[in-house]
Amino acid sequence: MEKQPAIELKNITKRFGKTVIANKNVNLTAYRGEILSILGENGSGKTTLMNMISGIYFPDEGQIFINGEEAVISSPKDAFDYKIGMIHQHFKLVDVFSAAENIVLGIDEGKYNLKNSIGEIKKISEQYGFDLDVEKKIYTMSVSEKQTVEIVKVLYRGADILILDEPTAVLTPQETEKLFSILRSMRDDGKCIIIITHKLHEVLSLSDRVSVLRKGEYVGTVNTAETNEAELTEMMVGKKVNLNIKREEPKNVEDRLIVDNITCVDRLGATILDKVSFTAKSGEILGIAGIAGSGQRELLESIAGLQHLSSGEILYLDAKTGKTENLRDKTPMQIRNMGVRLSFVPEDRLGMGLVGNMDIIDNMMLRSYSRGHSMFLKRRKPKDLAMKIIHDLDVVTPNAFTPVRRLSGGNVQKVLVGREIAASPTVLMVAYPVRGLDINSSYMIYNLLNEQKEKGVAIIFVGEDLDVLVELCDRIMVIGSGRVTGIVDGRTATKEEIGLLMTKSKQEGEDNG
Amino acid sequence: MIIQFICRAILLGVPLLYGSTGEIVTEKSGHLNLGIPGIMYVGAISGVVGSFLYENSCGNDIANMNPLLAVLIPLLCTIVGSAVMGLIYCFLTVTLQANQNVTGLALTTLGIGLGNFLGASLINITKSELPSIALTKTSSFFAAKLPFADDLGFIGELLFSHDFLTYFAVIIALCASFVLNKTRVGLNLRSVGENPATADAAGINVIKYRYVATCIGSAIAGLGGLQYVMAYASGVWSNNAFGDRGWMAIALVIFALWKPSVAILGSFLFGALCNANNYIQGLGTETQELFKMLPYIVTIIVLIITSMRKKREHQPPESLGLSYFREER
Amino acid sequence: MADTKIQKNHREPFLRVVKRDDMASWKAWLIRCATIVIAFFLTGLLSMAITQKGFADTYDIMFTGVFGRLFEGHTTMLWKYLQEIAILLALALALTPAFKMKFWNCGAEGQALMGGLASIVCMIELGDKLPYGALIAVIAVTSILAGAIWGVLPAIFKAVFNTNETLFTLMMNYIATQIIAYYVYIKGGGSNVINPVDAGNFPSVGSNDYFVNIVIVAVITVVMYIYLKYSKQGYEISVVGESQNTARYIGINVKKVIIRTMVISGALCGITGMLLVAGKDHSININSVGGQGFTAILMSWLGQFNPFIMVVMTAIVVFLRLGVAKVADTSLLNSSFSEIIVGIVILMLVGCEFFIRYSVKFRHNAKEGEV
Repeated sequence: MEKQPAIELKNITKRFGKTVIANKNVNLTAYRGEILSILGENGSGKTTLMNMISGIYFPDEGQIFINGEEAVISSPKDAFDYKIGMIHQHFKLVDVFSAAENIVLGIDEGKYNLKNSIGEIKKISEQYGFDLDVEKKIYTMSVSEKQTVEIVKVLYRGADILILDEPTAVLTPQETEKLFSILRSMRDDGKCIIIITHKLHEVLSLSDRVSVLRKGEYVGTVNTAETNEAELTEMMVGKKVNLNIKREEPKNVEDRLIVDNITCVDRLGATILDKVSFTAKSGEILGIAGIAGSGQRELLESIAGLQHLSSGEILYLDAKTGKTENLRDKTPMQIRNMGVRLSFVPEDRLGMGLVGNMDIIDNMMLRSYSRGHSMFLKRRKPKDLAMKIIHDLDVVTPNAFTPVRRLSGGNVQKVLVGREIAASPTVLMVAYPVRGLDINSSYMIYNLLNEQKEKGVAIIFVGEDLDVLVELCDRIMVIGSGRVTGIVDGRTATKEEIGLLMTKSKQEGEDNG
Repeated sequence: MIIQFICRAILLGVPLLYGSTGEIVTEKSGHLNLGIPGIMYVGAISGVVGSFLYENSCGNDIANMNPLLAVLIPLLCTIVGSAVMGLIYCFLTVTLQANQNVTGLALTTLGIGLGNFLGASLINITKSELPSIALTKTSSFFAAKLPFADDLGFIGELLFSHDFLTYFAVIIALCASFVLNKTRVGLNLRSVGENPATADAAGINVIKYRYVATCIGSAIAGLGGLQYVMAYASGVWSNNAFGDRGWMAIALVIFALWKPSVAILGSFLFGALCNANNYIQGLGTETQELFKMLPYIVTIIVLIITSMRKKREHQPPESLGLSYFREER
Repeated sequence: MADTKIQKNHREPFLRVVKRDDMASWKAWLIRCATIVIAFFLTGLLSMAITQKGFADTYDIMFTGVFGRLFEGHTTMLWKYLQEIAILLALALALTPAFKMKFWNCGAEGQALMGGLASIVCMIELGDKLPYGALIAVIAVTSILAGAIWGVLPAIFKAVFNTNETLFTLMMNYIATQIIAYYVYIKGGGSNVINPVDAGNFPSVGSNDYFVNIVIVAVITVVMYIYLKYSKQGYEISVVGESQNTARYIGINVKKVIIRTMVISGALCGITGMLLVAGKDHSININSVGGQGFTAILMSWLGQFNPFIMVVMTAIVVFLRLGVAKVADTSLLNSSFSEIIVGIVILMLVGCEFFIRYSVKFRHNAKEGEV
């Protein structure tokens, strides 16, 4: 049977602002009756591309063809009309509504009759084998149930092109398997299914063809049957790029922070960190690699005293006194008062690390304002510090009294990293420190980290760019789904090796670990 | 005695019922409209102005007045007057993205000012000795009982002796309840108040829903002001007499857990609580004043309990008080 | 296929609203000042339309309504004007720390009434038992306590259960009102008024009764400015208000800050109640605060949390209130006319913020896409 193209993208380009190019000249075709995987690392532009198909963004250049005819999709409603349904990674559901109410929401045809609709919903559920309680309220549902609602919602609207954005990110292996069998039965029903993912084994086990994106650009499409993990990894991460990041041999290495078997459970009862153990050593950069959302944030927050742990210990070995302190269940203030010099550059710079509406000087004070017994703030030292950071790190700002919100991303990060380093830490944790930064700012951050390493600071570096990780870090710990899937030597490890460790599923992790 | 107490409670409760039904409809769209007290004043004075003009145009003879017009003109004036207030609120909060609390409070200042100013102006025109204006003729049309009420004894008095705006209030509350829970419009409206981004993604026009719900809600609330003047106060307007009933209506919304059907019973209960002091034997006037705080204490207790139980159905609409700007999704 | 026959005329809307990056603050203030000027002009026009008086006349009456015959050396009206500003300003200042923390304290009315109640109780009950100095001290302490308690109750529930503070504080106003009504009935011997009490009044300076009040509020203004800008607690308030996430990241105890701030907010409202009772009316009734607790919310918000800008805003609003009331009065109109004007002016100021935060763009050409 000749395959019919359901959707074709031609030369799609999307820019954000003047500098960021999220997608560049992307060409893609997806056919009816097939599952197409879109594979790429974080930030490779997969989601942006799909958002253009579902009407959330509008492409700057290029054309979209649906069933062979050019289509203009300028709102989610248009996408519905073209029978395109997108299941977002962050579900768009009304929490206090029942499943059925969410499914029929926004449909403007025919008479409103929830009972009839429920009948139809049940029919769809049975057809594809969904297990769905239509009366259940969303807020009482598990993540996988919510996902089911989202899928049924687009099916109910008659979608025959389904786009799923990282659908397995939040599912257990069993739930994933179930989802896959449903997707296969939909494919057999003649629907076109596009699944965005970065998990290789899923790609191989589920899809018919794979299109790969790298840094916003289209790399190529291969048939799943004719490819293997190694080839896909290479397509995804690219040839080795030499970044020439300086890396000295670690000196005076000693254990500084011992994380022992910590487990962290979120409010919904899902395990975010699962028996994680590692040691951070002074004078060394420990890289942490992993798919976004594998527990990196929670790991750093646990150490910083912002997460409640259900088990495990976090031990800090004080070089000066030789004492060992347990940081578990301590507040950030208590940790500071214990004399532990822990600095933390969080992922969310303006929402957590800094206050966007305050000026640079006031942001300098965040860490130090409470020192001393005076009732009043002392702005002289923070001001000196702000001037020093502006000068030393070349922060581009009108003056020190500018709200940091107005600075560009790179300058915001310089202010944050500068402040955290100024506290002369013994442990420095940084999360995605170069995300959104230009080349020069990125190298400045690497140099700063190397300086700290030379001073004997234990550095924990959570990164996403594997090229950077293998050139900067002394050791690299890989986590997948909240588990440590391996710790490798940064000097000998290859990107492919790390890529494979990253994409291991939970079960594989158990087998190896 | 007990019958009289209940009837009185209902009469006192009806303005609150209008106010809270209007506010529930508004809040379901995500608007915390603190302008309701002012809007009820405007509703009342618009009706008063309308009927004043009509009464004057008919001369002094009640026979000249067309009962239908005598009722419809004030009714229409009230609806238009209060809906315009709702429109101002929407223009500021939806189109100009202004803070809802601040806008609402400013509207309350404006509304009460308008009510008192126009009221005083009318009093000036009539050159009345008293600081009030009486529209007894119009009121007689509004307060007309059902014809068979007196024949049915206490049941008649309990169920059929009220003015038509009382029945209207109950019908509106029931309709609101039906629309919110059983129709597509209601489902869409609720989704707008809960999660406008989701509603927008589902193709619902968030801006339209917020405008329409707020204006209709304001119009309903305004009727509460009219009922107070025409039925409760027998057509007598005096400045500030309406008092803080608007705030109590907002309190009642919480008490009713955002359900218009519960608001019906709640408003009568509030009416009873406001009035209990007059019917409990042997209370001094001073203790009566203390009793008047009962509805507020009850509201606070309900507020605390709902926040403690955290039952999701009993919480305010999730994006209540928040502006929606699409490009921030 | 029939399904694909979809209208393809989706274009950029004619007008669209875009969030501004940031407007230079002088430009923002230019817009606000322009709005105020327009508002003043509109006030005059509206007054003229209703009173049928001339342009110059209207403003002349407005000024004499506020300042009296100031240029002939009569300062009585000026002091009265300052006193009115002082009370409204004190309430606005009291609310400011709470608002800066994004805690909607709508209960200034009740907190001030309770402070006033504490004052009048002390004046009546202890007036002849304590020496003057001690009496004033007791009045101050009890009114501060009363206001603080009234303010901290909603804060505790907010901190522990996340109970909606807007509605809680609103309800507390009416409970306070009824308590006052109860007390007034008892002490007023069945009437709605308590005759002015002589004991425990603030002293007059020269022949000026209001001097003490004005000085106290002036001091509070400066102290509040320093507290918010230069104290550690003020700094914590801003961090909690801007981002609770950041507050936790640096180890601030958010619950503690919420409760502490509302104690301060309530206490300042209590002081305002004391100024009203011991410094001005020497009596109390349910309308002693007269809705100024609500106007104060608007003043605090329009003052951008800056006490000195609040001075200007309250001065403008009180000017309109008194001036327009005088205009209405001379034309035998009801003084509520001034409430209408104040409402309109505030709505204009609230609305003008839109032009500071957003810009409106016209469609350039049909080709340009969304976003």
